[in-house]
Amino acid sequence: MNSAAPPNDSVDAFRSRARDWLKENARVRDPDDAGSRRYDLAQAKEFQAALFDAGFAGIAWPKAYGGQGLGNAELLAFNEEARPYDLPTGAFMIGLGMCGPTVLDLGTDELKDRYLRPLLRGDEVWCQLFSEPGAGSDVAGLQTRAVRDGDTWVVNGQKVWTSGAQYSDYGILIARTDPDVPKHRGITMFVVDMHAPGVTVRPLRVMTGETPFNEVFFEDVRIPADHVVGQVNDGWQAAVVTLRHERISIGTSVRPKQNPLGFTALAEMATARGEAGDPLIRQDLVDLYVRERLLDLYGARMRQQAQAGIEPGARGSVAKLAGALLATGAAKVAARVAGPDAVAYDPADRDAAKLLTSMNGTPSSAIAGGTNEIQRNIIGERVLGLPKEPRLDTTLPFRDLKVGTQREGDK
Amino acid sequence: MKLVLTAEQEELRATVRRLLTEHAPMTRVREVAVDGHDYDRELWARLAELGVTALTVDEKHGGADAGNVELCVVAEELGRALAPVPFVSAAIAAAALTAAGDTAAGDLLAKIADGTAVAAVATADTADGVPAARRDGDRWTLDGTANLVLDGQFADQVIVVADDAVLLVDAAAPGLTRTALTSADPTRAVARLDFAGTPATALAAADPAAVRAAAARTAALVLAAEQAGGAAACLEATVDYAKIRLQFGRVIGSFQAVKHALADMYSESEQASAALRYAAWAADEDEDAADVAASLAKVACSEAYAHITAQMIQIHGGIGFTWEHDAHLYFKRARSSGALFGDPAHHRELLARRLGL
Repeated sequence: MNSAAPPNDSVDAFRSRARDWLKENARVRDPDDAGSRRYDLAQAKEFQAALFDAGFAGIAWPKAYGGQGLGNAELLAFNEEARPYDLPTGAFMIGLGMCGPTVLDLGTDELKDRYLRPLLRGDEVWCQLFSEPGAGSDVAGLQTRAVRDGDTWVVNGQKVWTSGAQYSDYGILIARTDPDVPKHRGITMFVVDMHAPGVTVRPLRVMTGETPFNEVFFEDVRIPADHVVGQVNDGWQAAVVTLRHERISIGTSVRPKQNPLGFTALAEMATARGEAGDPLIRQDLVDLYVRERLLDLYGARMRQQAQAGIEPGARGSVAKLAGALLATGAAKVAARVAGPDAVAYDPADRDAAKLLTSMNGTPSSAIAGGTNEIQRNIIGERVLGLPKEPRLDTTLPFRDLKVGTQREGDK
Repeated sequence: MKLVLTAEQEELRATVRRLLTEHAPMTRVREVAVDGHDYDRELWARLAELGVTALTVDEKHGGADAGNVELCVVAEELGRALAPVPFVSAAIAAAALTAAGDTAAGDLLAKIADGTAVAAVATADTADGVPAARRDGDRWTLDGTANLVLDGQFADQVIVVADDAVLLVDAAAPGLTRTALTSADPTRAVARLDFAGTPATALAAADPAAVRAAAARTAALVLAAEQAGGAAACLEATVDYAKIRLQFGRVIGSFQAVKHALADMYSESEQASAALRYAAWAADEDEDAADVAASLAKVACSEAYAHITAQMIQIHGGIGFTWEHDAHLYFKRARSSGALFGDPAHHRELLARRLGL
C-alpha cells in the first residue's frame, strides 16, 4: 500500500503531502487537554492503519517490512507537521520507537517477516519488559529466569513499569538464561506473546492516582526457541540497542508546547491570581524562565553541534538531568503560586486537578529513564572521564551476587 | 540562531589562548596584579598588536570590525587566564563611543584600538554613581563621585555618561582625584573617581540614554563571557585534580560524592556557555532579543561561576584554601564579577519587567 509515496519524493513534497493528509484525517489538538488518552484502542488502531495505508507509518523503515524507506529528514518533517494535531498513536510509540527497531536490527528474517508489518499498521501492539522490582537503575541485575526445555524457553519472574501491557499483544523481554556467569553475560532477549498462558498483567497505580504502568507476572510461560532476538546470552547488548532507539525516539519526537508547570502557564496563573507582583513569586517565576531557556539553548546548541558532526553522546544526560531539576523546581514554584489551592480545591475545578496531578507527577522525572544519580554517573564517567566506583558485579557470577532488596538465600 | 563557532572564530580562540599561555601564566598575573597592583602593560600591547583590543570597532577607527561573538571568544580566554588587562573597559568604551557617534569619540576609539589609550567608563549601570554635569556656555564641568570604576586608576580618558550629557574627561584634568581601591578581586583594578569642578568635553552628538544602554548591554555580555571562560577553566582544573588526588586508596573522582558534584558543575558550565553563545549572537543579529539574552547570560554565567569556584575549593580540600593555590583568585573574580554591572537579582528583575511580570 505504498502507492501514495512516489519514488524521488523530495522532503518538501513529502511534507506537503503529509500536511494535506493530516488536515483531512487528524484532529486538531484541544489546548485544554494534554493527551490522547480519551481515544479508545479501536479508534487508535483504525487511525494507525489509515496512517500506514497512506504511507506515513515507518517513514524511515525499510520497504521490505512495510516501511517507507525514507530518512530522518522526512520523519522530522512529518513530526513537525503533526504538531498541531492530536494523533491517537500513543499506544504504538513503544512498538514503533523501541521494539520494532530492535527486531529490525537484531531479529531473524522470520521474526521480521512475521511481526514488523502488523506492528507498523497498529494491528498488533507491543510493550517492553526490562525493569524489575529488584532491578531498577541496575537493570542487568534482573532475576526473571528463562530455562531451556526442548524447543522452548520457560520463563518465571516479574517485570514492572510496563507501559501498555494491558492491551499489548507482544513484548520484548529480557531474562536471565545463565546465572553462572557475570550478570551482563547471562541475559537473553525474547519476543513474548502477551496472551500466552501464565502471563498476568496487573495495573500499577502511581502517586498521582493514575495507572499508566503495569506489573507483569510470568509463571511457566513458554516461548519458542526461535523467538530469541539476537544471540542467546547476548541480551544485554540487545537491550542497549533498544535503549539507544528509545533515546532517538524521544529526541525526534515533537512534544506539545503546553505544560501546566511551564513558565508561561505559571506566569499566567500568577497574573490571574494577582500574585505576579509578589517579590518572591516574581523571582521564582523568572528563575523558572531562566532554567527553561538554559535547557532550550543547551539542547539547541547540541543539535547544531550534531549537524556539524559532533555527536551528542553522553552529553544528552545533561539535558535529562537539567530537565528533571527544572521539573522539580517548577513544581515548587507552582505550589507557591497556587498557595491554598495546592491544599484543597473544589471537585469541579479541572484546572486545579490538572495542576495537582502535574505537581504529583514531577518526582518521576528524576527517576524514569535513568535517575538523576545515574545521569550524574554518566556525565562524570563518560563525559568527564572520571573512573568508576570499584565494583564486584562485573566479575562475580550472577549466582553469587547480592541483588535487589532480597536477603541472601531468597534467590 | 547560531550557537556554534565558525572555524575562524575557533582559530581566534586558539591564537589568543596561545598568546596567554606564553605571556600571561599565573605567576605573571600574580606578579603584575596581585603584588604589583598594576595591569599587564606588555600583554596589553601584544593584544593590541594582535588586533583584539577593539574588536567591535569599525575599520575606519582602526578596529577589527568584528562582532560580539568574537568579542566574547576573546573575553572567555582572558577570563580563563585572569589576565589583568583593561579589556572589559575597552569593550564597554567601544560600545559607548560607537553609540555616541561623535568625532571626538572616533579619535578615542582609534587610540583604544592601537593600544595608546586606556579608557574607563562611568555610567549609572557600570559604576556606583555618576557625577553631575554642569554647562556654562561651551564649557562643561563635573562634580561628584563615580565609585567602582573599572580600570579608573589606569585610564587616560574617562567616559562619563551623566543624566543629560556624555562627556570625556582627561585623566590629568584639574579637580579629578583618582583613588585605587582595595579590590576584593586582586586581579581586577577598581577605582573611585572624585570630580570637583573638573573640566570635560561633551560629545555633542550623543544621546545619553542610547549610550548608557549600549554600555550596559556590552558590560553584561563581556563580563558573562569572562565568567564562562573562567568557569570552564576551573571545572577542567578540578576534574584533572580529581583524577590524580588519591585518598583511601582511590582517586577522589571515583567517589560518587565528588563525581556528582563535578557532573553538576559541568551541567551548569555548559548551560551557561550556551546562554553566552546565544547572547553574543543576539547582540549581533537579533536586536529585539539582545537585552533579554544579555541578562540571561549574566545571570547564568554569574551563578555558574560562583558555584563552580566554590566547589573548586571544596574538591581541592585544604590545598584549595591556600594563598599559593590559584583557586582563590578565581573564587574572588567570580564573587566580584557577579556583583558588577548588575548582580543576578538585578538582571532577574530586568527580565521580569521585559517578560511582563
